[in-house]
Amino acid sequence: MSSFKSLASAMFLGLRRDRGALFFTIALPLLFLVAIGGLFAQQSTPKSKVLEIGSVGVVDQMPAAMRADFGKSFKVTRISDRNAALEKVKKGDYDAALEQVGDQVVVHFSAADQVKSGTVQGQVNGLVQAANQAASGQAPKYRLRAEQVEDKSLKAIQYITPGVLGWALASAGMFGASTTLVTWRTKGILRRLRLSPVPIRTVFAARVAVSLGMALVQTVLFIGVATLPFFGLKLSHYWWMAIPMVLCGVLAFLAIGMLIGAWAKTQESAQAVSQMVVLPMAFLGGSFFPVDEAPKWLRVVSEIFPLRHLNDGMLKVMARGAGPASVLPQLGILLAFALVATIVAVRVFRWEQI
Amino acid sequence: MSNTIVANDLRKRYGDVNAVDGVSLTVEAGEFFGILGPNGAGKTTTLEIIEGLRQADAGEISVFGQSPWPRNPALLPRMGVQLQASAFFERLTAREQLRTFGSLYGVPGRKADEMLEVVGLSDKADTQVEKLSGGQAQRLSIACALVHEPELVFLDEPTAALDPQARRNLWDVLRAINTDGRTVVLTTHYMDEAEVLCDRVAIMDHGRILRSGAPATLVRGLDSAARVSVASGVMNADEARTLPGADEVTDDEVSLTISTRDAPKVVAALAERGALEGVQIKGATLEDVFLDLTGREYRA
Repeated sequence: MSSFKSLASAMFLGLRRDRGALFFTIALPLLFLVAIGGLFAQQSTPKSKVLEIGSVGVVDQMPAAMRADFGKSFKVTRISDRNAALEKVKKGDYDAALEQVGDQVVVHFSAADQVKSGTVQGQVNGLVQAANQAASGQAPKYRLRAEQVEDKSLKAIQYITPGVLGWALASAGMFGASTTLVTWRTKGILRRLRLSPVPIRTVFAARVAVSLGMALVQTVLFIGVATLPFFGLKLSHYWWMAIPMVLCGVLAFLAIGMLIGAWAKTQESAQAVSQMVVLPMAFLGGSFFPVDEAPKWLRVVSEIFPLRHLNDGMLKVMARGAGPASVLPQLGILLAFALVATIVAVRVFRWEQI
Repeated sequence: MSNTIVANDLRKRYGDVNAVDGVSLTVEAGEFFGILGPNGAGKTTTLEIIEGLRQADAGEISVFGQSPWPRNPALLPRMGVQLQASAFFERLTAREQLRTFGSLYGVPGRKADEMLEVVGLSDKADTQVEKLSGGQAQRLSIACALVHEPELVFLDEPTAALDPQARRNLWDVLRAINTDGRTVVLTTHYMDEAEVLCDRVAIMDHGRILRSGAPATLVRGLDSAARVSVASGVMNADEARTLPGADEVTDDEVSLTISTRDAPKVVAALAERGALEGVQIKGATLEDVFLDLTGREYRA
């Protein structure tokens, strides 16, 4: 067996037998995905909770055909006490209270939550328009059809899968590389390898190969779980471009991890520094929420993290249906991160503790 | 015989400390050579310079006629280095460990398994290194150093932190390494270990070699090569000083001890006077050599 292969298999065995590391690199992110994905899978559009004071004609005498749609967006509770109803809306227990005064439908709302009250007003307005139209006895001339600009299947799981996967790859790569390097140095494995005729780059190449392999396993597991019908991930046509994205991303994370490991003297400091990089990177890099909605300065800051570019790229090819060429800039950026971090790591690298 | 290692005036400083302060030594092919001295004497640094792990500040070093620094890939397959017992890949079994290190030198797996037998670890082949005892881990690290059958083996404090029984068991392994013609360089702070194992020793203290030679020669070179003691009270110290061959006499109220270069003559004189009660004759040891060289008691 060649040195490269036997080193890689030794490192793989060591990793496979490390239950703690396996849990943190594979099981924990999967649990995350299942938890968040499950949460969104169950959730439908939130209904407006409204109170009906006394009897409101447009609600009570609604044609059966409309009632089905109505039930999807409203949860109506009848109440007879008008003051009590207004008090409940004020406290925010309900989004609005409906009251019929002659031919007018009055919507009582609270200014405290403008988004909800706006939604309710719009919805009730639609209801009134529909009732008017029905009263006229004529078929409607115009109809409204709402269409999402993204693929119709772009549900939360589509964003979450690449994001959480990116975070999982980043922590596995950085923690793995930094602590491995420190362990090798403190335990004397590094000097033992230095005294063997195998070039040190073969040793590192074996470690990188093992990490890339683990990353592919993580990716397959992630996509496998997310595409289960329960979670409902729908991969777009060029999803396989996520594979080169993952490989380039892992190279960048490994290089940063090596840099941390080259600098750190102890296991503890390697872990602390890795955590200090991974956590902000995951949040600002868009692993847990889309960065597009963040303030501009934050979006600019997030560009310094390789994870941001990995997440962007994976989202493009996995969920947005973009073509392979569209992620070339991201691939280039990730490789540049890997290259620069490797060069610095080689400069900082020490064989010995002292 | 050709010289395997030639070191000339090696020096290495760490801050204010002269860890190695002008060390010269030669090790011949096939020799079992010991570097002996208390902790902090500079043994390990000397060894690291010879192995090519550190660069000397000054002096020349050649191993098989070549310089080990900078990293010399031509030398590496000819050398085997035993490092501290923790230098293993994590969570691998003893067999996997040996096979991995073997493969770095292109050694087939079967050969690696044989090495387990040599160091007496066959029954631990499938045990992960983290679960080996100190002595077993030490044996495995020696096996890892020998797996590619090097001509020259370095052992750095191989029996440190082992219990006396495990130390003696390991000595048998170490002796066997040398009997098939390999050159062995050992550092130790155990005087008895050096005396038992080494063809030649260099006694080191404060970064310098104080004396080197075969253990027996060093001991015989002492002024008082032997000590004869009898029970205190069978003879008074003043009378003892008049005995033929007696150099120095001490009485600690338990034993009366006579230092001498001619133990047979002293014993004969004691016998004539009927004063042999509790007689013991002790040859001087390397500890006495150390005491003689440094003027202080040897403390590892």
